[in-house]
Amino acid sequence: MYRASGLNFFAILTGFLCQTGFLYLRGQQVGRCPLTSLFEVMIFLTWSLVLFYLLIGPAYRLSLLGAFTSPLAFGLQVVALLLLKDTPVKVNAPVNGWLELHAAISMVAYGAFALAGVAGVMYLAQERQLKTHHIRSIFYHMPPIRDLAVANGRLILTGFALLAVGIVAAFMMNNWQAHASKVAWSVGVWVIYGAIIAMSKGHRLSPRRVAWLSVGAFSVALLTLSGISFITETGGR
Amino acid sequence: MEILCFGLSHHTAPVELREKFAIPDGDVAALAAQLRSAPGVQEAVIVSTCNRVEFYVAAEQAAQGFAAVDEVVAARGTAPDAEGFLRMTTAASIRHLFRVVSGLDSMVLGETEILGQVKKAYAAASEAGATSKHLNKLFQRSFNVAKEVRTKTNITRGSVSVGSAAVELAEKFFGSRLKKCNVMILGAGEMSELIAGALAARGVSSIFVANRSYDRAVALAEKMKGKAVHFDEWPREFHEVDILIGSTSAPHYVLTAEKLAPIMRTRQDRVLYCIDLAVPRDIEPAVKDLESVYLYDIDELQGIAAQSMNVRKQELVVCEEMIERHVIEFSEWLAGGWTQAGVRYSAVVSGGQS
Repeated sequence: MYRASGLNFFAILTGFLCQTGFLYLRGQQVGRCPLTSLFEVMIFLTWSLVLFYLLIGPAYRLSLLGAFTSPLAFGLQVVALLLLKDTPVKVNAPVNGWLELHAAISMVAYGAFALAGVAGVMYLAQERQLKTHHIRSIFYHMPPIRDLAVANGRLILTGFALLAVGIVAAFMMNNWQAHASKVAWSVGVWVIYGAIIAMSKGHRLSPRRVAWLSVGAFSVALLTLSGISFITETGGR
Repeated sequence: MEILCFGLSHHTAPVELREKFAIPDGDVAALAAQLRSAPGVQEAVIVSTCNRVEFYVAAEQAAQGFAAVDEVVAARGTAPDAEGFLRMTTAASIRHLFRVVSGLDSMVLGETEILGQVKKAYAAASEAGATSKHLNKLFQRSFNVAKEVRTKTNITRGSVSVGSAAVELAEKFFGSRLKKCNVMILGAGEMSELIAGALAARGVSSIFVANRSYDRAVALAEKMKGKAVHFDEWPREFHEVDILIGSTSAPHYVLTAEKLAPIMRTRQDRVLYCIDLAVPRDIEPAVKDLESVYLYDIDELQGIAAQSMNVRKQELVVCEEMIERHVIEFSEWLAGGWTQAGVRYSAVVSGGQS
């Protein structure tokens, strides 16, 4: 039998504080926002995901969100720690404030998109049970699907707004053309989520499709993450 | 000290005997105080509900305690040795009370209303000065046991009736937004009224009632503080409906997928939860293939209720084990930890060796 527990929340909070500490130390080490490699991006993304979970979970009383967030956070950490090379290098180039802001805000936005994906998975799991009438034990602990749909929509909207700020920051760079691929990627992700929001607000998308799209859009964003360069000021790819 | 239990319940006596023996709420405290003042009786609590009337007594000797109860029962015009009455001594009484407050002895397994009723009975006896050390400890412990059983097992989980299953599903669909939902009842049947009443109690935004007999629709709408709709005009109000309850006696489908599809296209972001209580069914099963439409007919709701009941029954063993542990602990406390023969009480109850 599943039982919600304050211990789970405390464990996630502890992990989050450890990640915060790591990111702080890594920032000191590389002399800028710790987003200089895919490894750091993965850690930063996981931190953003958990940040939104800690903010959204209690607010929406979506206690089980943690049970779905934790595996994703764990998976991202495993990928980062076991599969990605971590060789911190102090970058001597001067810190570009707009680039730092763009990268950091964008990563926080992806954290919101990640949690929207988690809420989407929960929605789909719950929806399937309600549609097929195959009620399983976990059903009784899941939040109502309407609440999940609302949380999903708000997280997408939050990520979309944050990413817009990130994109504006990118265009504020004097040499943004040097980072064209990175900016184009951000704009691409922003347009995808914008389309989801537009169709959803226009009553043209059911919550189920929004849930599918939030899972799909985040998967695409995550898979293409390695295709971009990071804030090493070595120029865009 | 002996803890005794005397009484009857829905398991042992038909309603004819239970109603005859029932003790009005206003008399319970006085009767407990009267019993407490009887020779040999130290404390008394009387629990009287529609499903049971039980006397819990703390007495120095079982014979004296039962004799006092018999006298009170006889004075109320009932033969205490009539069929249906049970007499339990210490361990059985403690176990019985723990099972009762945990809902294991209830007509609907795992129901929680009984806990409130026992708490009320205990409070009344306590205020009347009919309880002291032993029954205070016993009843307080029973409330803790009930809480433990409820929180650590699935004994109260799910809905075990069609009506409550339908309402629970509504909560699963809409959650805190249930208050913003509009409900439509097609056909003013008893079960649809019951479910709509439960939804109204949860504060749904509005209830529309459409019935072939408009007068009946008006009567039910007034009862629910809703709005009556002429039966031919219900599709006009349908666009804003979130929960549809069908219970007409129409021989054909009132709502078909063909009718519903164009409506749903304009409101795909809004869930429609359909409850079909009618036989023959009011809602075409094919509507469940439409996006954002969820249909439950009477058999499916009964299936969910039965599934919940099965889950509860499976939990019985765990609950009984939990209760048994508390029975042993309480019996030990009652016996001062040790029996007169110098054997630890838990060894006697469990049959083991200390």
